[in-house]
This record gives sequence, C-alpha cells and structure tokens, in this order.
Amino acid sequence: MPLGLIMAKIFVDNIEYEVPDGKNLLEVCLSLGFNLTYFCWHPAMHSVGACRQCGVVNFKDENDKRGRLVMACMQAATNGIRISIEDPRAHAFRAGNIEALMLNHPHDCPVCDEGGECHLQDMTLMSGHNYRRNTFKKRTHYNQYLGPFINHEMNRCIQCYRCVRFYNDYAGGKDFAVFAAHDDVYFGRQEEGALENEFSGNLVEVCPTGVFTDKVLRKHYTRKWDLTSAPSVCHQCSLGCNILASERYGGIRRILTRYNGDVNGYFICDRGRFGYEYANSDKRIKQALKKSGNTLQHLSKDSALQEIKDFIFSGKNIIGIGSPRASLESNFMLKELVGENNFYGGIPKQESALISQAISILHQGKVKTPSLKEVESYDAVLILGEDITNTAPMLALAVRQAAKNKPREKAYALKIPHWDDAAVREIVQGEIGPVYLLTTHHTKLDEISTKSQYTTPDDIARAGFSIAQQINHSLPTVDTADDAMQAFVAAVARDLLNAKRPLVISGTSLFSSSVIQAAANIAYALKDSGKDAGLVYAVPEVNSTGMSMMASKDLDDAIARANEGGIDALIITENDLYYRIEKNKADDFLKNCGHVLVLENLQNETTAKADYVLPAGTFAESTGTVVNNEGRAQRFYQVYKPSNDICSSWEWLNEFRNSVSDTYAENFDAVVDEMVKRYPDLQKVKFAAPDANFRKGTQKIPRETARYSGRTAMLANINVSEPKPPVDKDSPLSFTMEGYQGIPPSADIPFFWSPGWNSVQSINRYQTEVGGSLHGGNPGVRLLEPSEENKSGYFDKIPERFTKKEGEWWIIPFYHIYGSDELSVKGPALAERIPSAYISMNEKDLNKNNLREGDKVTISFSGDKINVPVKEENTLPDGVAGLPKGFEGLTGVQFPFWGKITKV
Amino acid sequence: MLSNIRSMWLVFLRMFHKRVTVQYPEKKNYLPPRWRGRIVLTRDPDHSERCVACYLCAAACPVDCISLQATEDEKGRRYPEFFRINFSRCIFCGLCEDACPTYAIQLVPDFEMAEYNRQNLVYEKQDLLIDGQGKYHGYNFYKVAGVAVGVKEKGGGDNEDKPVDIKKLIP
Amino acid sequence: MNPIWAHILTLVLVLLVMVTIAAGLIYVERRMLAVWQDRLGPNRVGPFGLLQVMADMIKIFFKEDWIPKFADKRVFVLAPMIVMISILMTFAVIPFTPLISVVNLNIGLLFFLAMSSLGAYSIVLAGWASNNKYSLLGAIRGSAQMLSYEVFMGLSLMGVVVMAGSFNLHDIVMAQNKVWYFIPQIVGFVVFFIAGIAETHRLPFDIPEAESELVAGYHSEYSGMKFGMFFVGEYLGITLISALIVTLYFGGWRGPHFLPPVIWFLIKMFVFILIFILMRASLPRPRYDQLMSYGWKILLPLSLLNLLITGACVLYFK
Ligand code: SF4
Ligand code: SF4
Ligand code: SF4
Ligand code: SF4
Ligand code: FES
Repeated sequence: MPLGLIMAKIFVDNIEYEVPDGKNLLEVCLSLGFNLTYFCWHPAMHSVGACRQCGVVNFKDENDKRGRLVMACMQAATNGIRISIEDPRAHAFRAGNIEALMLNHPHDCPVCDEGGECHLQDMTLMSGHNYRRNTFKKRTHYNQYLGPFINHEMNRCIQCYRCVRFYNDYAGGKDFAVFAAHDDVYFGRQEEGALENEFSGNLVEVCPTGVFTDKVLRKHYTRKWDLTSAPSVCHQCSLGCNILASERYGGIRRILTRYNGDVNGYFICDRGRFGYEYANSDKRIKQALKKSGNTLQHLSKDSALQEIKDFIFSGKNIIGIGSPRASLESNFMLKELVGENNFYGGIPKQESALISQAISILHQGKVKTPSLKEVESYDAVLILGEDITNTAPMLALAVRQAAKNKPREKAYALKIPHWDDAAVREIVQGEIGPVYLLTTHHTKLDEISTKSQYTTPDDIARAGFSIAQQINHSLPTVDTADDAMQAFVAAVARDLLNAKRPLVISGTSLFSSSVIQAAANIAYALKDSGKDAGLVYAVPEVNSTGMSMMASKDLDDAIARANEGGIDALIITENDLYYRIEKNKADDFLKNCGHVLVLENLQNETTAKADYVLPAGTFAESTGTVVNNEGRAQRFYQVYKPSNDICSSWEWLNEFRNSVSDTYAENFDAVVDEMVKRYPDLQKVKFAAPDANFRKGTQKIPRETARYSGRTAMLANINVSEPKPPVDKDSPLSFTMEGYQGIPPSADIPFFWSPGWNSVQSINRYQTEVGGSLHGGNPGVRLLEPSEENKSGYFDKIPERFTKKEGEWWIIPFYHIYGSDELSVKGPALAERIPSAYISMNEKDLNKNNLREGDKVTISFSGDKINVPVKEENTLPDGVAGLPKGFEGLTGVQFPFWGKITKV
Repeated sequence: MLSNIRSMWLVFLRMFHKRVTVQYPEKKNYLPPRWRGRIVLTRDPDHSERCVACYLCAAACPVDCISLQATEDEKGRRYPEFFRINFSRCIFCGLCEDACPTYAIQLVPDFEMAEYNRQNLVYEKQDLLIDGQGKYHGYNFYKVAGVAVGVKEKGGGDNEDKPVDIKKLIP
Repeated sequence: MNPIWAHILTLVLVLLVMVTIAAGLIYVERRMLAVWQDRLGPNRVGPFGLLQVMADMIKIFFKEDWIPKFADKRVFVLAPMIVMISILMTFAVIPFTPLISVVNLNIGLLFFLAMSSLGAYSIVLAGWASNNKYSLLGAIRGSAQMLSYEVFMGLSLMGVVVMAGSFNLHDIVMAQNKVWYFIPQIVGFVVFFIAGIAETHRLPFDIPEAESELVAGYHSEYSGMKFGMFFVGEYLGITLISALIVTLYFGGWRGPHFLPPVIWFLIKMFVFILIFILMRASLPRPRYDQLMSYGWKILLPLSLLNLLITGACVLYFK
C-alpha cells in the first residue's frame, strides 16, 4: 500500500494545511478535525463515491470564484488543491442530499436501537437538514430473521452499500446481497436464516443507520449514553482484540470494537461481540460458598476470608493451579501466595509444551511475529494445520485482506490510489493473491486459497519441513505423501519466495509440535533467503502466552505431585479441571489434594467439588493484563463495581497473602510492580497502560458518558438516598460521569464520542490519521521480539509418516467458533449457533464401517466412551476422524487419540 | 432619610389592602391544564402503554431522576420493564414531557404529593401509569413509525405504502 | 407588705412580663410583617394563630442542642447567656410606673449604657467560639457596629441628662411633666433611635447576621435553645430600647388619667416596637461601610452638636 510519507499542501476554506500525500480529501478533512458528512466511505473499506454526501466545492486556484462540486472521498488530496467545506452551495448540496436519502426514512428514532449513536442522525444534524418536506407515502420493506445476533429493520436503509461491501467484499460472506433495483434495493439474505459469516456483528457498527442492530443488546436495550463502559480485551480467543465492554444495572449489555490500529482495527468477530453473556449468567458465583454435605452454602465475605484462612492456609503443603484465562496478575498473585515451587500452570503438559515452544520460537528465533493488523500487509500466506476461522477468527479476516494485496499491485501500477475501492476492485476482478492452506480437512478459508491440501497432522508437518527444504536447500530433504502434495509443496515454496513479505501461520490446535516446528523452519528459511517473513502462531486462550511465560510447571506435574501425597490444600484460580483433563483424572487429583479452594466465575464441575468457592470476576468485574498470541501485553479494566462480592482473583489472593504473610499490595499497580520485579521478561507490562495515579490535569477518566441518565433514580427503589459512587483505586478511570471529557490516553478509552459525532464514526477523532494509530500510540506492549542471532536454529525432528491402524481412528480436534470456547458457549445467543456434537470421517471410512451420515456411534478410548452421530467430511484423510473440541459432553477429552468407533 | 420614611409609610398603608394569601386547603386555586405537577404515564388510544422506552426523558432530565429499562413483548413492541421517577429529586421542569416523542410522559395539574417518608416519593411504573391518554388525545406513535410490532401490518401506517415486493422485475 | 418581698415580687413580675412580651413579639412580628406585606401571617395554630409561639417554643425546646465539635465549648455556651442577662439586667432600672420599678438607681442611665456594652461581648464570644469564618466575620462586624453606635447613643442621651439634670430614670420621667423630651431633644431622640436599632442589630442594621452574606452571622452554629436565647434576646432588646425611648423622650408612664400609668407605658412602648417591625418590613439593609460612615460622619457630629446646643440653652435659660 503506497502510503505517502510525502506531505501535500492543501487549502480548506482558504487556510493552508499540511497533510500526507496519497490520501483522499475526505480522510484528510476528517483527520484535520473538520465536520464533513459522509456515508458510503468507511475507513477500512475506503471510497466508492456512492452516497454523494461528502460534496465540497473545489476551486481551480485562488482566483476561481465559481469552483465545482466534487465528492471529497473521490478526490486525492494533492499538493495545492483548494476546496471549501463551508461554501453555501456545498452546504445546500449536502443538506439536500440527506433530504433525498431520508425520503423514505421511517419515524423510528425512539424505537430504533441506533438512536443516540446513529451516524445518520449525526450527519443530518451536521448537514443542517431539519425539516421533512416530502408528504408522499413512505416505501416500506419486510424484514428478515437473521439469526440470534443481528436484528433487521430494512425500512431504515439509506442505500449506502456499506453492508454488502463489508460483508461480502471485506469479510468474504456468501449469504448476503443486495436485491431488487432502483429505489427498492434491499439488503439481506436470499432467504431468512442466521447470517453465516463470523464477522456479521460488525454490520452493527458498519451500517450507518439502524438497519442492522445488536439483537443481544436488544434483549435488555440501553442507549449508548446510559452505558458505563471500560476499555477491555476480548477473552474469547488468543488474539486479544480490543473491545469496549458496557454495563447498566449490574449486567454487561454489549461489546463494541475498541479501535486498535495494531490489533483488530475497526472490527471484532461475533464470538467476541456476542459471547459475553456468560458474564450475566445465572450460573455466576456471586458470593463465597462453602461445601456443607453435598450442597454449597453462602458465606459472607469476611467470614469466608477468616474460615478459608483457618481451613486452607493452616496446611503446610499448598499448591496452586493457575489458568490461561486468568490475568497475569491473578496468576502471579497465586504464585506469590503458594510459592514458586507450588505453582502449576493450569493446562496439561502437551498443550503447555506447545505454547512454550511457540513462545521460544518467537523469542529466540529470528523471525518477527507480526501484529494482527500487520498480517493484512503480507502478500503471500501459508497456513499450516490451523483452522483459523474457528480458532482465531480475526486472524482469518486479516488473511482475507492479505489475500488482496498481490492482485492489487496491478491497480497501483496503473496509478489508481489504494482508497479508490471501486476502481481497485474493477482491476482486481476478484483475483486473490497466493494463500496456501495445508490443513486436516476443508476449512472456510479454502474460499480464498490458491490451493488447499488436506492431510494428517504428521504429514502436514512433513510437508512443512519439505517446503522449508525447498526454500533452503541446505536442510534435509523430506519426501511427501504423493505427487499432488509434491506439486503443492513446490508451488508454495515458489510463491513464498516470489513474495516480498511472505507469512506463515500455524498454531497449537492440532496438538502437534512438529507442525509448529515445521512452520518455524519455513519462516526461518524465508528469512535466510532475505525475505521479510512473518510467523504467526495461534494459541488456545486469551492469556495462554502470559501464563506460560510465568509457569514453569503444568497440570500434569501437579497431578504427579498429588499422587505422591502430602498435599494439604489446593487453590485453583479460574480453571475448570474437568474442561482440561478427563473426568476420572480430575476426580482423583482433587481427591489427592486435601482441601480445595476454587476461585471461579461460573459454577462448574470443579466448583461442585470444592470445599470453598470464591466469586472471581470475569473481564467485566476485574482489572488485569493478558498477553496475546503475538506476545502483546494488554490491559483490561473492570467495567463496573458489582453489588455482590465478586472481585478480581488477584484481589482475593492478595487478601489471603495479607493474612498469611502480612504482605499486602495496595492496589493493582503494586501487584504489577512486584510482578515485573520478579519476571524481567514481563518488564514492559508496566507500560501497557497508564497507572492508577494517572490524571488528565487533576481528573480521572470517566467510565460514564457526560449524558449518563438516571443517577438519582437507578437505586432509589433500594434507598432514596443515593449511595456514594464506588472509587477505583486500581485504574485511572472513575466509575462516574465526572472527569476529563477530552480524548484520553489510548489504552484508557472507555467509549468513542466526540461533539457532533455520537456514533462509532467518532473514532476518526481519536486517531492521528484515519486508519492510523490512536493519539499517543496504539495501546499494548510487545513482550516478544525475535533475537538477532537466532538462538533457536532450524528444527530437524521430522515426524514419521502417519500410518493408519485397522479398526481404530486417529481422532483429531475440530474447532468451532461457536462451541469450542469454554465460556462464550454459556451465553444463550451464542449457544443457539452451536452445532450439535458429531464425529466426522470421510466417505471411504464410513462405507468401510457400514455407516451413514447421521448414524449414532460410540467412540471408545482409554477407558472412556462417547456417543455422537457421524458426519461425512470427505476432505479428511483416511483413518482420521474429527471430533469437535470443547462441546458439551466432550470437554476434558485429550486430543489427539486413537479411538474405536462402533455403531450404536 | 425622607425616602426611607416614605417607604415605611407606604408599607404601613399596605395594612389596608386586600390579602393575597389563599387559604389552602380550604380554598383551592385553579390550575391550568398545562400546569407542571405530578408526572403520569399515559396510554395509547388502543389502550396499551404509550411509552416506548426510548430513554429520551431520562436523558433530558436535568436531575437524572428518571430511570427505566426497555423490554419487548413477543411481537417486538417495546415498553418499559420498570419505570421509576424519584420525585424527591424531580424539579418539575417538564423537560421530560418535552423530550417524549410519544406523549407518554405528561405532567398534570396535581401537586399534592407530600409524604412523611422520603422513600415514598419514589414512584414505580404502577404508580405512574394511568388509564387514559392524558392531555393529548388520539396520538399513536406506532401508526406513524416504521416498525410494525403487532400494532399494524408492515406498511400499514398512516403514511406508508405497502411493502415492496423485491422479486418483481418491473423497473 | 415586707419591702423585700415587694421587691422580689416586682422583680419576678417584670422578668416574667418582659420575657413573655419578648416571646409574644415573635408572633406579633410575624403577623405584622404579613399584614404589611398583604399576607395573613401565622393563623393556623390556636385562635388567630396565637399559639404559634407556643408551638415554636415547644419545637425549639425539643430541638437537638448541638455544639459543633470544632467549637470552644465553654465560651460557646456562655455567649447566649450574656445577651439574655445583660438585657434583662437593664430592665431593672426602667420605671414602668412611679411604683413599679426594680431599683431606683441614681446612675440608671449609665447602668443601661454599661449593660448594653456588655451585650457586645455575647456577639464577639459567640462568633469566636463558633470557630467558623462566617460567625467570626459576623462577630467582627457586630462588635465594630456596637462599639461605634454606643458612642452616639451615649452622647445623644446626654441632652436628656442635661435637661433633666439627673441620670436617674425616675427623675428624668418626672422632669418631663411640662413637655416630653422628644420635642426639645428631637435630634437626640432620632440619634438614639437609630443607635438603638444598631445596638439591637435589628433590620435594617442586622449586618452582623446578614443572611444573604454570612449564613446567619455570629449565631450560624447555634441551634436549639441556645439559638432560642439569641432569638429572644433580640426581642428583649427591641422591648428594652422601646421602653427606654418611652422613658427618656415620651414621658414614661405619663398620660391622661383615664388609663392607669402602666397601660400608658405599655401602649407607648408597643408603638415603638411596631415601628421597629415596620422598619424591618420596609427598609433594605445598607452596606457595612455605609453603616459605619453614616455613624461616624453624620450621627457623631449631630449628637455632639445636639449636646452643645442643649448645654448652651440650659445655661442660657438658667
Ligand atoms: S437509523 Fe438513525 S435516524 Fe434512522 S430511525 Fe434509527 S436512529 Fe433514527
Ligand atoms: S443496510 Fe445499512 S449499510 Fe447497508 S446500505 Fe442500508 S444503510 Fe447502508
Ligand atoms: S419534570 Fe424535569 S426533573 Fe422532573 S422528571 Fe421530568 S425532566 Fe426530570
Ligand atoms: S420519552 Fe416517553 S416514550 Fe421515551 S422513555 Fe420517556 S416516557 Fe417513554
Ligand atoms: S462518502 Fe463520499 S460519496 Fe459517499
């Protein structure tokens, strides 16, 4: 993308400005802080010039008094250009244009969920159009059912085409389109049904009107101005997309994208957007619980602290189990409390080893792991074994953008600016750049792949090693399965070498260290051939990387230690052992550990077995730092103070540490200080966000908007005297609406708003330039940078070819964006989209066993049995079966494994 | 000095003027219909709740004494799940009535709301909702809005055409 | 009757009557203010609202008598007592009738001046003890005002003394058998009247309490019965000044014989009390500096002049 560093001088209303060359006028005007109306232009999808709303008058030179009307979004901001935004003709044009767009607009604002954050409202006001003159009848449309996430109200459409451009062109959706013609155009699906694309939720933010609104929010609708919001980080996968989490009346109401120019940009996936409902679940643990008989009984906070101190901490040998979904601080506090030797990471050895390996490759190796946003800038991609659409959805969206880079060069060669989207697409004609997929079975990204090959995990690794060898001939040769694969390997090696910036993506999802090593080898080989190569590993959970950087031992070590006996008590922080390991293993472990204390947010099998349970906060009620797959440490903030005893795990643990060893961390920053002192690798975590003493002038940053309503009535049913608002000693944010009203530091943006810009389009005001970084730099700090001298070196442990076993299947995990995540599945909206459990195998294997799709089978493996129906998946290799990961009844299954499959 | 004495004299003369005090509660003053007193929630001509839970009154209220939560019936018609006004905070400015796009919230000529216990000044929806249409008769928001929500057929509003058949080919 | 008993009886009687009148004035003032402002005033409790005072009294007795933590406790308690005592003491020298008076002091007038100077202490101490900036400001204003006006008050009275040739109030009343002193001493009367208002810090000279600036001035922190004492003290002050005016300038108990002397005295006194109230109803409060310059620049020369002329006349006509 030719982003100009050269500056251009432009004149807006006769005042001179210096702007970066190569942008369009609309972008630069918005960055300069002008109020210029627009609809069809979107900072991520650029210009098509469809809505005619951004009209300005363009003058030839200073003597030209007439000028001509141009669309700012279609005009390059070239040196010396003169325009007027304030010219009365431009004003009249924009107001008239809105009036025309609104001819059929319904009188819906009061019942429209967009109201109060509606770009159309903002633009109407900005344009000056205020009185409806049209008295004809309004055109109406039927609406469609679009699934549990998105509500459709077609009457409100102003035909800006942003939705199709996002859904189809940007996110690669196939089940959405524009229908009919002239003033009847209709944006929707061919037939009613859930929108299939994993990024459909972004329509809520992309559509400038209330056609597409958040259906989950609708269940407990609250206006934007009434939400208490905090900057947060999505906890639903390892990418760590930035989100804004919002609360009202003690419940999380919605998640919006928090723009981060280095991570997720303007979008997030639907799992992140709609998968928060577990935080409001009635399964939440809200008070301390104590086991009495077979039930759990409520305890007050103080008596819980006292009893647990006496009961648990009177023991000598106490061990702690951390968690990849708990923050760095919570893991650290647990470690401090039980001691270095007694702290165990909360994942099995196999997974732990994979993550550690990925970390060491990114840290010791010589290839840089790009940020999520940077992924979009690579021009050739190879994905090794990972179904990223389902394990790291936003990575898939980034790859879809990367796939467009190579073909677009043709357009740039013709001097078409990158922002002229319609023209660029005209040249590209749907062509996609080199994207190669080497996976176990058909995945959704096959839609954009140049070529996909399917084989077993071991053979994926072998093919990977082979590709590396083809790039760097000094590596040992590896033979591949067949000619097709051979040809594939050659093609991949060629295209990666032809690219300027090749990218290799892999991950831990196949539980194969060979795949991870093979990916590293390819990236190293590319680097050695002088390429600006990148390497991305997807890891399982939000803080898998962070926890692994801290834990030297894992769950299996803990189990081994427990088997030796002598453990008095066990503390588990935000971890359901039954989700991690098989039931009988977990049962035995808990039995061997004496007393059990669990800090958890939702009731689960582990809490049912605990002697004491403490209510731990989810992302909504706690503050912490998490490290994503890129090694980026990011802070998430408590959204609201709950009225119950829920608080961050580290706060509970801090209390215990105080009563046991009399050391007490005053607040969150004190915990971070201790942590970075202990772990020099985490040094930079301190700078992930401003500390609690940060003030703008003397002011904190308010979590509530300036127009927050109902303060004197919200709690009046409980007591007519309003309580003192809670104080946040852990962050620079306040829980009230009082505080600094300008643009806060980039890591502490609780909501996007700017005068005149109530919708998310106000993000423009928070950026140094449109689509660029936030003022003061994008938030988050990278902890893993490659080493100069490549300490890691090439890997040479090439796995054997996969060999089938008669009568048994090599059962590998299949991932689902909705279903393969521990917590998001607990929310009702997301749960509607979870497919029912199944086992997949190819037609040949089915026939061999006299099975037909839908037949129920029993899978038996090391002492366990599962019943599921079979499904045909012809791309799966012979002798390999796919079982969904993390589904109800399938949690705790350790992949991959040999299993027998018999018909019920 | 003299002017002081003069004003004392003039004030002294007020003694023989008519009293302005009205002996409430024996005598009650006439209150015009647009008097800003107790707040009520009114109903549509079709007798369902007028309030569409748009939160505009709450946003307009300068003392933030209105709080409500929107919810929907099975047809998608929105109404407040709860609607609370803390009259111990209300300044009877009437901004909520101004803001209301549906004529749901209205201030009526009644001010006799005193309570011994301040808590009793917190009115919930059942205390606010009246049976009639209040000051503004005949207005039904859903007849002029675009959403159907069981009040009308889609496109059956006062100012609407029937929904477009998007499959027709006529240009 | 045993003269001692008679004395004690007069004493108790005067005390009771004065305090009752002062309390009753609360009602009278509210009612009269209302009458002059086209309102009705208290009219709900008892006939014509007469029991309003009772209700207020009961209320004030049962109010929490709160002493702020930051206050100087002993002085805080002492201050309101000083008001009451200093004013009530002065009543001792007032001759209500030839027969009814507590003591017949030779230096009656000086005693009054002495006592009213003591009254300034109550304000200073109250403001000081409250440990509150508004109270202190009020106290400073109060003491300055009272000290200044004390001067002209004393000087204005000298005319009367010169004419009557005595400090004894009895004698002064007796000396007015020909003409009430307000005719020859009209200037002295006016000065004394104005200084009297300032001494009692009544409106329009209620600068030490100026609600609009100082919350309630020196007694901001007072509540319950202590506040009640300041409150009643103020009305006692009005009564006292009115009684003195009557005694010094309006012939005391003198009047046509169809009414007994005490009634004449009371009637005259009430007329002045009503004038006090009328002033409150009609006049705005001057600025503090206006008050001071008015006192020093106008009243002082005026009263000196009055004394000079009176002296000259007395000498001349002797
Ligand atoms: S889309 Fe915007 S303008 Fe249209 S009804 Fe909704 S809030 Fe109002
Ligand atoms: S549905 Fe929304 S995004 Fe799509 S064309 Fe209409 S207004 Fe634009
Ligand atoms: S009248 Fe004014 S103060 Fe009272 S509820 Fe309405 S907007 Fe609020
Ligand atoms: S403004 Fe009217 S319709 Fe909207 S919430 Fe208030 S009462 Fe209901
Ligand atoms: S924004 Fe420029 S034409 Fe739509």
